[in-house]
Amino acid sequence: MKNRKKSRYSFLAANSLLALGAAVLGYAPLRALLTGAGTVGAMVSAASAAPAAEAPAPPPAAAPAAAEANAEAPSADLGTARGVAPTPTLPVEQAVLTAPPHVPPPITRRYAAKVIVHLEVREVVKRLADGVEYLFWTFGGTVPGSFIRVREGDVIEFHLENSPGDKMPHNIDLHAVTGPGGGAASSFTAPGHSSQFTFQALNPGLFVYHCATAPVGMHIANGMYGLILVEPAGGLPKVDREYYVMQGEVYTAGAYGEEGLQSFDMAKAIDERPPYVVFNGAVGSLTGDNALTAKVGDTVRLFVGNGGPNLVSSFHVIGEIFDTVYQEGGLAVAQHNVQTTLIPAGGSTVVEFKVEVPGTYVLVDHSIFRAFNQGALGMLKVSGPENRLIYSGKEIDAVYLGSAADAGTAAGKREAELQAQIAEEIKTNPKIASLTKEAQMERGKRVFMQTCFACHQPDGKGLPGIFPPLAGSDFLVADHDRPIRIVTKGLTGPVTVKGQTFNNIMPPQVLTDQQIADVLTYVTNSWGNSAAPYTVDDVRRVKAAEVSQ
Amino acid sequence: MMRCRSYGSYALAVILAARAAAVAAPPPPGMVLIPAGEYVPLLREPSDPARIPVAAFWLDERPVTNGEFLAFVRANPRWRRSLIAPLFADGQYLARWAGDLEPGPRAPADAPVVEVSWFAARAYARWAGKRLPTIAEWEWAAAAGLRRADGRREPGFTAAVLAWYATPEPAVYPAAGSGRANLYGARDLLDLVWEWVDDFNTVLISGDSRGAGGTGMFCGGAAANNRDPSDYAAFMRAGYRSSLSASYTVASLGFRCARDAEAAAGMLTKADSPAPRPPEGDQTRSPFARLP
Repeated sequence: MKNRKKSRYSFLAANSLLALGAAVLGYAPLRALLTGAGTVGAMVSAASAAPAAEAPAPPPAAAPAAAEANAEAPSADLGTARGVAPTPTLPVEQAVLTAPPHVPPPITRRYAAKVIVHLEVREVVKRLADGVEYLFWTFGGTVPGSFIRVREGDVIEFHLENSPGDKMPHNIDLHAVTGPGGGAASSFTAPGHSSQFTFQALNPGLFVYHCATAPVGMHIANGMYGLILVEPAGGLPKVDREYYVMQGEVYTAGAYGEEGLQSFDMAKAIDERPPYVVFNGAVGSLTGDNALTAKVGDTVRLFVGNGGPNLVSSFHVIGEIFDTVYQEGGLAVAQHNVQTTLIPAGGSTVVEFKVEVPGTYVLVDHSIFRAFNQGALGMLKVSGPENRLIYSGKEIDAVYLGSAADAGTAAGKREAELQAQIAEEIKTNPKIASLTKEAQMERGKRVFMQTCFACHQPDGKGLPGIFPPLAGSDFLVADHDRPIRIVTKGLTGPVTVKGQTFNNIMPPQVLTDQQIADVLTYVTNSWGNSAAPYTVDDVRRVKAAEVSQ
Repeated sequence: MMRCRSYGSYALAVILAARAAAVAAPPPPGMVLIPAGEYVPLLREPSDPARIPVAAFWLDERPVTNGEFLAFVRANPRWRRSLIAPLFADGQYLARWAGDLEPGPRAPADAPVVEVSWFAARAYARWAGKRLPTIAEWEWAAAAGLRRADGRREPGFTAAVLAWYATPEPAVYPAAGSGRANLYGARDLLDLVWEWVDDFNTVLISGDSRGAGGTGMFCGGAAANNRDPSDYAAFMRAGYRSSLSASYTVASLGFRCARDAEAAAGMLTKADSPAPRPPEGDQTRSPFARLP
């Protein structure tokens, strides 16, 4: 009986779908015309490459009727025509879409137009960091998605196309849309299919768009976000450079830097513990050769979005003060002289600043561990002549040891006690105690390459007359305990190493007892040196002797 | 909780009973018995039942392959790529096949057939003397892990399911049936291709998953109707189904068939004959109809 009921449902379903299918068929020629009129991601279409301020761009062949009516269109400014239904007399043009960090050219026309946007959803494996890949879900093949630029009052005919090779259905919620769901329900699209809806851009501003298909957070976390700028009817003030930057988190199953194709980790996403927080979809997407560029004297405008899905961004450019900030992407009120501006998840900001001094300016999320440990780092490289009045560069370089030179203080004693406890713990931990010398060498090398190599050089040869060599050093291996004292207390004054006198200062190093044992084992057993390995006990014993003196 | 805990043993008892019965009556070739159980819908209106009972049924062990679908279109010319009525399949129907009767290198005979519409899948099922499983049946069968009726309680199960969504679609699919068998012996339910179900469009989810239409899946009051907000895979299946229309074909969408357990028992008396039930309805009527 149950089955009969089920099949009746199915029958009804099939009937309604037949009707739907017929509707789709009847509509197909129109769709073919529209999709033939332009392709997704076309950087600059013929119609909009040189938007003329006085005359409307010629409409595509798909709308010959509109061409004749265009003569009156320029005078009719729909920018303020709230509630007025879009008329068929609007000139038609293809939207210019750009991949980040580029921004389409400013809109120079002074009238509303019908703007056709084709945006293709693609699920693509892309680089997340060196050696790390991720299956991103994208709008237009990039993270963030293509930048869309329209004008207040424009009527946007939006086509969302879901690539045939995609696994998931997707849709788009544009925060620039006034209407339930921001277009999401009207744009829900299975792989290999497309949807169309139309909206009027009533409110100027910089708006986020994103996929709103369940589970929304996962679709956003996988890269489905971007920006749409609705320029005010009067346009934005002219600037020299415009760029598109968007922050987002990536919740990989592996830790930061773990190589290979990473999958989405739902638990980390729910706990809001992202291994990656990045600008423009990848670690390094805006650094080195990919850095943004400007010349001294330029005014730079950054359209900055935050896709989230979870974190709020403390957006900051190291070495610059934002002359103007349009907070939260609203273009009506400008704030001035801002150091760091907050960008909510699913929100945006527009910042402008004039670059006065050449150099590299670093874009960060000033929730700063994200910048240095999770990837939220970008660069703006400014070229041009120095201006010593505004910034002198380094004038004096001197050694300053401060309280770190004095290991006999109460704090020092306390630290030594704690270190002793740590050493005891290490000693009694069989896992560590059983480490072979080889493992200790490997770890010691790591410590050396983080702490010591800058002076003593990666090959341990030091620099003649400045930094003593460790390679083949008689001074180093003559006394087993002495290197421990040097590392923990530092060394000041003349020493003779391999017959050469050095008179310099080595500050004490902040390392754990284990690290000291490791690095000393490494340097006394590398580059031709040979000595017994250092143990945590050795370090503890020498330290204790120092403190008791 | 108590109810859930006793669920597994209940299911196990059913399986054991079913297996005992199966000794006397072997299952239809290529099908496994899914014992009776209950499907707990992901989303429901307060007036909807919290649990939907599922009677025992036979389910194909693996998705239908290109080779099997080739036999179907050989026997039923109207379902060939060049002859299919546009109402019954969109322009990508069997697009990866080399020709009407040549699956070609991108569609190996043992790989799951994809780019088939709901109409075509349903016609195949009828021709084979079967039917498409319902959402409740499919979800109940796919909820099982390797050892438990509720796979989500097995370590790694949920992560493995989600990992499939993070894997790019291959240009050529591997052989159907090469995955691990779940508790009931069914393979590839969650990690090869999407699969049509008979009542795919009864999930009244709006395209905006956050509940703009009141039947949504996230945010606000909609969350209250939600069985388990962390069951992302179930969300994605529900969302996927609601994005489809019956004529759609998709590169990662195939199907498998089911059969009533009672009907199957009836079939067993005819087990000597490999011929399927005579086709019903004009969709499947063909003088050539027979199994390969």
